[in-house]
Amino acid sequence: MTDPRLEALLLRAEIEAFNADYCARLDRQDLNAWVQCFTEDAFYVVISRENFERGQPVGLIYCEGRPMIQDRAFALLNTAMFGPRYLRHMVSNLSVAAQPDGSVQARANFVVFEVLTDRPDARLLQVGEYRDVFVRDGEALKLRERRCVYDNLLIPTALCIPV
Amino acid sequence: MDISPEHPRNAGRLLWPGDDLTRIPDWVYTDQEVYEREVERIFHGRTWNYVALEAELPNAGDFIRSNVGPTPVVVSRAKDGAVHVFENRCTHRAAEFCRELTGNVKEFVCPYHQWTYDLKGRLQGVPFRRGVAGAGGMPKEFTTADHSPRQLAVTTHRGVVFASYAPDMEPLADYLGPEVMREFEATFDGRALVILGHYRHSLPGNWKLYHENLKDPYHATLLHTFLVTFGLLVAGNKSLMLADASGRHGVMCSAKSDVSKVTAEAKGEMRAFKEGMKLADARMMAFIDEFDSPWSVTMATIWPNLIVQREMNTLGIRQLVPTGPNEFIMKWTMFGFEGDSEEMTRHRLRQGNLMGPAGFLGLEDNEAIKFVQDGMLRVPGGEHLVALDPATPFGTSETLISESAIRGMYRHWREVMGL
Ligand SMILES: [Fe+2]
Repeated sequence: MTDPRLEALLLRAEIEAFNADYCARLDRQDLNAWVQCFTEDAFYVVISRENFERGQPVGLIYCEGRPMIQDRAFALLNTAMFGPRYLRHMVSNLSVAAQPDGSVQARANFVVFEVLTDRPDARLLQVGEYRDVFVRDGEALKLRERRCVYDNLLIPTALCIPV
Repeated sequence: MDISPEHPRNAGRLLWPGDDLTRIPDWVYTDQEVYEREVERIFHGRTWNYVALEAELPNAGDFIRSNVGPTPVVVSRAKDGAVHVFENRCTHRAAEFCRELTGNVKEFVCPYHQWTYDLKGRLQGVPFRRGVAGAGGMPKEFTTADHSPRQLAVTTHRGVVFASYAPDMEPLADYLGPEVMREFEATFDGRALVILGHYRHSLPGNWKLYHENLKDPYHATLLHTFLVTFGLLVAGNKSLMLADASGRHGVMCSAKSDVSKVTAEAKGEMRAFKEGMKLADARMMAFIDEFDSPWSVTMATIWPNLIVQREMNTLGIRQLVPTGPNEFIMKWTMFGFEGDSEEMTRHRLRQGNLMGPAGFLGLEDNEAIKFVQDGMLRVPGGEHLVALDPATPFGTSETLISESAIRGMYRHWREVMGL
């Protein structure tokens, strides 16, 4: 019989590792690998806290299903015109709640720094909270829902790489 | 400060190059004094400025913070149902008293010394106006009626609220002119609006570049892969770059076409054209024909601070808030209509991936405008060339390969600015 405290710790460590890997894929702008973090029916949205708290659904990025997430990755890699930049995604303050149906609800704070090639500073592109639902796909965890709820309502110029 | 070219201190400065509109000097976009005159003569002058959608203020006491030019205003609905617009500045010590983005109140209270204003923006109460125990207080002759924040004229049409510093503005229909009004009413077709949410972003560029970008169909056929590859706006499409008689307003119009009919010649000119590009989820680019209009895409630039986006089925207002010559803020309000099915709302949201500061088109426009301002600030003292389509000196053009609507805007701008 396993200790439930141990199970909770393991799950937490697994989600922390997932988030670190998720961020690494975005930071190296390997968007095709980023697409693989999601289930086929996943919902992904980057939404302002203003909209989220009012129950208004508009998102900066709004994807119903992995095919739309894949189109986002394809477009950013192959068609979109934007200036070169580096990003760093940081995640912390994770909280995890396993659900009776086997899914896992989780929340974590995120910060995204962006560095443009012609400026010395790393500016704060986004600060907010991931509101997630994870499910098992075989052994691995995948995201069935990720809502990136950002606090800094005013985006500086453009959001070119996902959150 | 006198910025007229005749003034001796401006010798050699602020001179328009040449005697036509094909070259626009950098100072139009970067000079602080020119910007200040724009605020005075354009945003605070004889213009109707977008401030809100009525759907954001359904009930008495509802308010939102908004702007007319850079100036913060409160838009509120009073008990009589009328919408009022007044400066968000306490007449006592200047505090910007309304802090919440939106809400519902019985009255506005300045947090500093608790002066109160009613829903029409009229000063109501001054604490300790008569002092305490006969000592202190305001002078006897002080009257609240003379100390209300500045009130703006208000007009609404089809649920869209406009305000003006000019007390005697002409009706909106005359301001827009019949052709622009027809396109406005094609989008605001009488169905009640449902607000789907907002985007807000800053942009390090001059505010007029945003108008120019949407009076520049040439860029749309070149920069945006999503427009050209999916036939939304391709050289050779049925299209129109409309300008009103004054030149200040415009509507870029295009009818979605079958990309297989795009000529090899046109494809060859468009690097952004991606032959055979297919989406994994084609729903995003579907067009549901819901408007009484020959156009599947219209982008209306309504002088001086409003863009009305009807990009197939993703609909939005963009409110332009200048903060100086080199930067502005854009507030987007995305909407649908009462009676939209849940699937139609989702369709609008999915198609919304095209627009906004992370949109497949939107992020490209924002980046391009930043690059233009960068170019002017880092290699200063130059001028822009807007010479396409000399057969149309200014105004409406039927070819997309034209800059005549930009020239028309500057014909108007120079007149108003005296430059
Ligand atoms: Fe564009």
